[in-house]
Amino acid sequence: MKSETIISLPAQPRRDTAAWFRTRLLGPVLSHAVMIVAVTFIMFPMIYALLLASQTPSEYYNLQLLPGNALFENIAHTWNRINMGRLLANTAFVAITVAVGKIILSVMGGFAFVYFDFRGKGLLFGLILITHMLPLPVRIVPTFALVDAFGWTNSFQALTIPFFASATGILLFRQLYQTIPPALADAARIDGASPMQFLYSIVIPLSATNIAALFLIEFIYMWNQYLWPLLIANADSTRMVQIGLRQLVATDAAVEWHYVMSGVLLAAIPPLLLLILLQRNLIKGVALYEDK
Amino acid sequence: MNTRFPNRYLPYILIAPMIIVVIIFFLIPSVQSLYLSFFRVNPLGNRKIFVALENFSRLITNPNYRNSLLVSVEFAILVVFSGLSSSLFVATIANQRLPGFSVYRAMLIWPYALSPAIAGLVWGLMMNPNFGLGALLLKRLTTIEFNYLTSSISAILFLALAATWKMFGYNIVFFLAGLQGLPTELLEAASLDGAGGWQKFWKVTFPLLSPTTFFLLIMNMLYSFFEIFGLVHITTQGGPGQATNLLVFNLYKDGFIGMDTGFASAQSIVLLFFVATLTFLQFRYVGQKVHYR
Repeated sequence: MKSETIISLPAQPRRDTAAWFRTRLLGPVLSHAVMIVAVTFIMFPMIYALLLASQTPSEYYNLQLLPGNALFENIAHTWNRINMGRLLANTAFVAITVAVGKIILSVMGGFAFVYFDFRGKGLLFGLILITHMLPLPVRIVPTFALVDAFGWTNSFQALTIPFFASATGILLFRQLYQTIPPALADAARIDGASPMQFLYSIVIPLSATNIAALFLIEFIYMWNQYLWPLLIANADSTRMVQIGLRQLVATDAAVEWHYVMSGVLLAAIPPLLLLILLQRNLIKGVALYEDK
Repeated sequence: MNTRFPNRYLPYILIAPMIIVVIIFFLIPSVQSLYLSFFRVNPLGNRKIFVALENFSRLITNPNYRNSLLVSVEFAILVVFSGLSSSLFVATIANQRLPGFSVYRAMLIWPYALSPAIAGLVWGLMMNPNFGLGALLLKRLTTIEFNYLTSSISAILFLALAATWKMFGYNIVFFLAGLQGLPTELLEAASLDGAGGWQKFWKVTFPLLSPTTFFLLIMNMLYSFFEIFGLVHITTQGGPGQATNLLVFNLYKDGFIGMDTGFASAQSIVLLFFVATLTFLQFRYVGQKVHYR
């Protein structure tokens, strides 16, 4: 963007061929080269994983670089071995529940903080913000004991309810609602609309982009959880997919990389698809995120 | 100032669910972490002896913990430095209107969707000493034997590589957003004054971008301390020896394998100190951002 504006300045005739060569030809060629290196660094490991998932051990030990024919066999084996259907269903349930739960609580909270005056507002806002400073490792021993005392070990309550708080969500929606023109709320009040009617018919529709961004961020965040599901829900009925992948490598025998990579593909596809679908919203949401 | 709805109870009802979760699962356990850090707890968890600061003095004298602290700081420096410098460089190049560049940009973002554990597995394959193409290529080019399962240096570099790769997309998204928000007039003024690309970057772009860079610095620090448990657990398990025994992994081992909950709680409090410092810096610095916008 910036380099083009230089070139289009009318005061610079192209008398200097060396400079022309630098900006018009060498610059773009080098830029393309850098981008190709970067894209290769990012893409190649995943393409390599796909390649391995299609091969047999003798093929990859012999460094065969062409896809093999075993993709569906490998995937079927992995699917049955770690009960992948169950893992994916558990993980999807947890990720969707937490994302939706966080969105509902954050929209309600953000709405309350912007459109009402009440005693203890600052204190309650501070309480929510402080969760930013309390990631799981900071409180893991007591949280585990507490959730266990609730009888929630190996239950979906343990995997969802403790995650419903979100300082990020509150900040995101509070900031958005502060930018909604006050005239809208005035009009709603004059027309005799209740706060909840105003929330449903005006505020929530205006939040669509942020809701999509938060859904994407929180879905991916929960899909990729590891430490907490390992501790609290490592049973067949509640196990999440990342822990299932660990089962594929935690063997006494040599790691069977073709199965591991089949598992990696299955575990990576859902969040990747969601990212591709909602990427625009993420980039819009990012600007808000950073301003917190 | 926005209109306020007059209602005495509704705001509390709206906020209550979030506040309840915050109190039960965040505040109470955090206070308990602090409380437990002053006790020695037996492995069954049914007897507690008040030991004042003994757990903290154990932290200072325990060679495993000291090593873990050192390794974590090394890891964080590697991830933050390599991640931020490479993604800033690539984002600056990517932020041009050249044919095909929107495709490049789209292809760089997606590792954001993957877990650190998956990044670990994929790079574990790349760097496999027997048939991993990354390890073989490195050996061919430099004759370095890269074996992350037996060599301490390889192991920490391996984890940093996987962690940086996974975070690359996130960093690129924020740097691109930051670059696109820069005032073009200043860059144009700099070119009119005859500044070259290099000078423009260091004298104009980099200072203007510092809020984004600082934000990402904090986020990458938090990431390298708190989000990499899965990466360690699924690949090196802290090894070889103690070479990749990062703080959260050590906490997990002491608290949930060794069942030394008082000692683990003291480690939690050290982590709280880290995150509080980083958050404080972040909030403080974000205030200064106003000058640039």
